[in-house]
Amino acid sequence: MKRVYVNEEWCLGCRLCEYWCVFSASGEKHFPFAFDGGAKPPAGIQVEERGSVHFAVNCRHCEDPLCLKGCISGALSRDGYGAIRVDKTKCVGCHTCIALCPYGCIVSGGDNMPIKKCQLCAGKDYTPQCVSHCPNNAIVFEEDEDL
Amino acid sequence: MIDYIQPDYEVVRNKDLCVKCKVCVRQCANQVHAYDEKRDALYVDNSKCVNCHRCVSLCPAHALKIVKTDHCFKPSANYTEDIIKDIYRQADSGGVLLSSMGTPKSYPVYWDKMLINASQVTNPSIDPLREPMEIKTFLGKKPEALEYLPDGSIKTEKYPNLELKVPIMFSAMSYGSISKNAHLCLARAARELGTFYNTGEGGLHEDLYEYGENTIVQVASGRFGVHPAYLRAGSAIEIKIGQGAKPGIGGHLPGSKIGEDVSRTRMIPMGSDAISPAPHHDIYSIEDLRQLVYSLKEATDYKKPVIVKIAAVHNVAAIASGIARSGADIIAIDGFRGGTGAAPTRIRDNVGIPVELALAAVDTRLREEGIRNNVGIVVGGSVRSSADVVKAVALGADAVYIATPALLALGCHLCRSCHSGRCNWGIATQIPELVNRLNPDIGARRLVNLVTAWAHEIMEMMGGMGINSIEALRGNRLMLRGIGLSQKELDILGIKHAGE
Repeated sequence: MKRVYVNEEWCLGCRLCEYWCVFSASGEKHFPFAFDGGAKPPAGIQVEERGSVHFAVNCRHCEDPLCLKGCISGALSRDGYGAIRVDKTKCVGCHTCIALCPYGCIVSGGDNMPIKKCQLCAGKDYTPQCVSHCPNNAIVFEEDEDL
Repeated sequence: MIDYIQPDYEVVRNKDLCVKCKVCVRQCANQVHAYDEKRDALYVDNSKCVNCHRCVSLCPAHALKIVKTDHCFKPSANYTEDIIKDIYRQADSGGVLLSSMGTPKSYPVYWDKMLINASQVTNPSIDPLREPMEIKTFLGKKPEALEYLPDGSIKTEKYPNLELKVPIMFSAMSYGSISKNAHLCLARAARELGTFYNTGEGGLHEDLYEYGENTIVQVASGRFGVHPAYLRAGSAIEIKIGQGAKPGIGGHLPGSKIGEDVSRTRMIPMGSDAISPAPHHDIYSIEDLRQLVYSLKEATDYKKPVIVKIAAVHNVAAIASGIARSGADIIAIDGFRGGTGAAPTRIRDNVGIPVELALAAVDTRLREEGIRNNVGIVVGGSVRSSADVVKAVALGADAVYIATPALLALGCHLCRSCHSGRCNWGIATQIPELVNRLNPDIGARRLVNLVTAWAHEIMEMMGGMGINSIEALRGNRLMLRGIGLSQKELDILGIKHAGE
């Protein structure tokens, strides 16, 4: 399946991917509306940085996903494209998946709120927004490598 | 101390649109933008803004714009704002004013005062999408006549020529003045386009030797990075006598830009200023130039054409005539509107002549003397579009050099602050985090796109004139008409006025 891959060499740490992720997930039509109130909601992609090294990390959509195995409410499932998706109506915010994810790619949506994770902009008719808005091609959407 | 210089630009933030993502703060190397956590507010220091548009281009909410300040001096057509500010700057610093890129002064642009012909009724125009259209160009000395051996093969001595799929090359920009990634973009694009890029006088980074077939290596007055392997690495060697933006003076790359890689490539100590002398100290005459031309040919087994690049100055035709007799294969003429990484402002803005006039004068002179075939002619120094290329070829150029348009394709916004070394677009900088902003995969593609688009347009214009080979356009000044030019200007350009 196609996954989002990040090339650390070209990541500028600008964090635009995080903002476009939030916008895409929000379903809003106007970019600023996704950020009402100012503080950025958690995104499905996160830039990790220390000093001059930075790179974005997001869900690997593992072959053998621990998050899915550990989910107590059946909120996590694999869709027809192979992406691990969360059903927000079922997620109880227990954070078991967050504790299990070896990549640290699932983030809390707040206490007792559904978790946030990359769904590859599934259900949208566009390339994942973190990819198309990366100013330096540091994030690409490509077919499987060996994982 | 009183600060006499007020900011030139104002950063305007639309607070309704701003989502406080702080990409502006992270991306501005000039530290114009900042964020105050206590007040949860973004603020700006306009005095640091160079108007490079990095923040504007990356702002996901389109919340930013940069405007020229309307803070003003009492208007004067003589003591303009620029003049006043320059005087303040020099009274502050006591130094020579420095500037980057081409002159912004409003000198006449002769490209814009020439119009191109097209066929109507009596001669057919050609559709380049349906019929063959040749823009391949061979650069170098051409034989006067061909002699054949009895078996039909060519007996005439063939001279080394550069083969260009498009009559456009990337002109000299040194590694040091621009980043390694910028060089990599130019090298990759040149290879894909079947043309050449030019190392400038900073030597050739070891990682770029693999692009040698599409590289012109430069030998300038500082001789930085010149050694036998370097000379053999390229397809042609260019002796740089002068640069359009700063005729008559040398170059100065500040020590702060001479890091480990640049130091190794230039073969000079880290952190030392790289100062190119104004003249080549071994060239004081055409005879001396001939010695260097033949030294370089000897060093490369007479297999590579030698280019001599000069700035367009008052006696350019006579100088070019000398160069054509020196054994050089190609003359490159750089007009005074051409760009630079750094030049004394007064020289950039006042020394030299427009390349259009220089080209016409050189081509005319070499034809009159019967030595036009001795050399190819390349012009640079503000060739801004495919129309400029067509006009240059019609005036007599074999090919053109472009640099500023190439940099624009890579993201340059002509903020003319290259000399600061903090190019936000990763071009004119050696700071690793900034250099990384220019991904060669993107840059090379954009350069290829630009030149491909120009090539299409050149073919369209040629087709319109009923010409299907660029050879038939070269020096074909009947295809040009002047508009709004004096008789003297028309005479120098060798063209008629529109309507004639």
